[in-house]
Amino acid sequence: MPLRGTGSILAGIPFAQVNRVPQVLPPLAVSHFTVACAAACGIDALTNALQTGSSGLRPNDFSSTALECWIGRVNAIDNVRVPDELTSWDCRNNRLAWLGLQQDGFLDAARALVARHGADRVALILGTSTASIGATEEAYRSVDAQGQFTAPYIAPMLHTPHSLVAFVQHVLGVQGPACTVATACSSSAKVFAQAERLIRHGLADAAIVGGVDTLCDSVLFGFNALQLVSPEPCRPFDARRRGISIGEAAGFAILQRASEAPRAPQLIGWGESSDAHHMSTPHPEGLGARLSIAAAMQRAGIDAGDVDYINLHGTATPKNDEVEAGVIASMFPAGTRASSSKGWTGHALGAAGIVEAAVSLIALQHGFVPGTLYCDEPDPVCGPQIATRNEDRALDVALSNSFGFGGNNCTLAFRRGAGA
Amino acid sequence: MSGGIEIAVEGIGIWGPGLTGWSASRDALRGTAEVDDTPTAKPAPPLLPVAERRRAPDTVLFAAQAAAEACAMSGRDPASLPCIFASMQGDVAITDTMCATLAQAPLELSPIKFHNSVHNAAVGYWTIATGCHAASTAVSAWTDSAGAGLLEAAVQALDGDCAVLLVIYDSMSVGPLRGPVPHDIGFASAFVLAPPARSKATLQLRLQTAPAQAATTARNAWAQAMLQRNASARVLPLLEAIAMDAPGELRIGAGSQQSLILQVRP
Repeated sequence: MPLRGTGSILAGIPFAQVNRVPQVLPPLAVSHFTVACAAACGIDALTNALQTGSSGLRPNDFSSTALECWIGRVNAIDNVRVPDELTSWDCRNNRLAWLGLQQDGFLDAARALVARHGADRVALILGTSTASIGATEEAYRSVDAQGQFTAPYIAPMLHTPHSLVAFVQHVLGVQGPACTVATACSSSAKVFAQAERLIRHGLADAAIVGGVDTLCDSVLFGFNALQLVSPEPCRPFDARRRGISIGEAAGFAILQRASEAPRAPQLIGWGESSDAHHMSTPHPEGLGARLSIAAAMQRAGIDAGDVDYINLHGTATPKNDEVEAGVIASMFPAGTRASSSKGWTGHALGAAGIVEAAVSLIALQHGFVPGTLYCDEPDPVCGPQIATRNEDRALDVALSNSFGFGGNNCTLAFRRGAGA
Repeated sequence: MSGGIEIAVEGIGIWGPGLTGWSASRDALRGTAEVDDTPTAKPAPPLLPVAERRRAPDTVLFAAQAAAEACAMSGRDPASLPCIFASMQGDVAITDTMCATLAQAPLELSPIKFHNSVHNAAVGYWTIATGCHAASTAVSAWTDSAGAGLLEAAVQALDGDCAVLLVIYDSMSVGPLRGPVPHDIGFASAFVLAPPARSKATLQLRLQTAPAQAATTARNAWAQAMLQRNASARVLPLLEAIAMDAPGELRIGAGSQQSLILQVRP
């Protein structure tokens, strides 16, 4: 089917070279999902925060050296201890993973899933951008006279991108495919695509997906060096936006064949693409974003007019929001609603995909469009789709955009469950 | 996948100590030539722009070198290939520089070093250099990243009904990270894989997942030593089996709890 807004920009790129036109997917049930982020821990609390406009952002009180910015810090991590038998995995990122697993009965649901299908038939695919690099930073701040790591930083598994998956795998006892996706800020969106493929091609019967990223000096001073950090709370799509507010979050979801949870909301599509433009700046016309959105809609078997709500990447950097607003304005009809929830959570980087998948599912289940917190004066580049204030509205289909460094893009498509 | 996944191998690339390309390495992989396993010079991958080659991190150079060789052998346009890049650690030298800077003077962190520190830096540079707009991913599974990448690449080829590019790479470790990550060589390999029905290649692999078992050891002593020196070299027993030009079967780790049984059919 023709897709609005993709014609001219795709001219010169044979579509078969981008991806074969994808088949419509059989939907998967998202039977459980949970989030722990700066705005709230647990889905009910996050729903309430979204409905009341209660932001989790606050002035930076985290970095090792003062840096003027706002952050999305999860207070509850301070009281979390991983279980005694798991102390060799102890670090801020795995504490947040453990906190996330405790929300909404997720740990019990995941263990029941493993018991029902068999440990070797459940995949574990999690996304992260920096994993436990905060522990590596601490280790570098406390090297001995010979320049070597000291206790408690000797454990090799604290110093690898795979630390999160290895920890959660140990907690849940899963023995199916277990893989870390680390594509920066698209990581925990792409896990849905990878897990969906594994299930459809028979390598697993169900999957636990999600992602965790925690505040650390690397990202605070790294984005600061790129001049992308806002000195005030982030204002996605506002004409006066000044950059991102970095956040941290853990989130998880269970994917199963639709027949196993017929009333649950569904993952109906995904799209992935590459900008092939620049390591840390989006393609000026949003080519990669258009490709991932188009591919997600094709796999979902829907047209732009079927999309009720889009949770945007919406980081509040000048360039991301300009490009993404232009893409949405040209691809979707005026009636589609679109917003960024980063004003609530901050940009949780590798965990942004799972957080915003959860926000999209909340919006579908509760029938409201979250506005764009701190967007008081929309940039003139915004089309009529951008929602600045919350709106009550029945929603059937939502998309969620996640775009990362390296020009790595992913769009997910969800449908409301019958259980709402 | 009770029947396993069948996949054609259209192109292979390799870069490591004494292993400067697939053709140049076949005799060593068959055990009929010696390998000089002192660390080799940095490669100059043909598809990376000269300016990028000068400033690119080692992981990007190693990965792009192997990828370019595999793509050339396959005859496929790199711009058309979804990319699966697998690495245990990404670029350790960048991580070392970044963490050392953060410990001393965090406000002096280089923006380039920061954006090069993401695990998907190599695949990001590759897609930019080749103009590839297809899906690209960067995965890790600790010391089993090679097997996990192979599984994901085979699934993507099957799912997309198209050829894909798999690159498996890790760099030499530096600084205090030599403790937890004892890599003392850089190593990269690459494969262009395609569904058999879409391919003219005769070399095929059959992949079957299985509970974790000990991986097959390398045929050659030098290779067995090398796969202890860089986790990405754990793909060497597969490369040896392919170089033998005879049917073979081997196991490779795909995760701490899962192995891949690979049948090689020349």
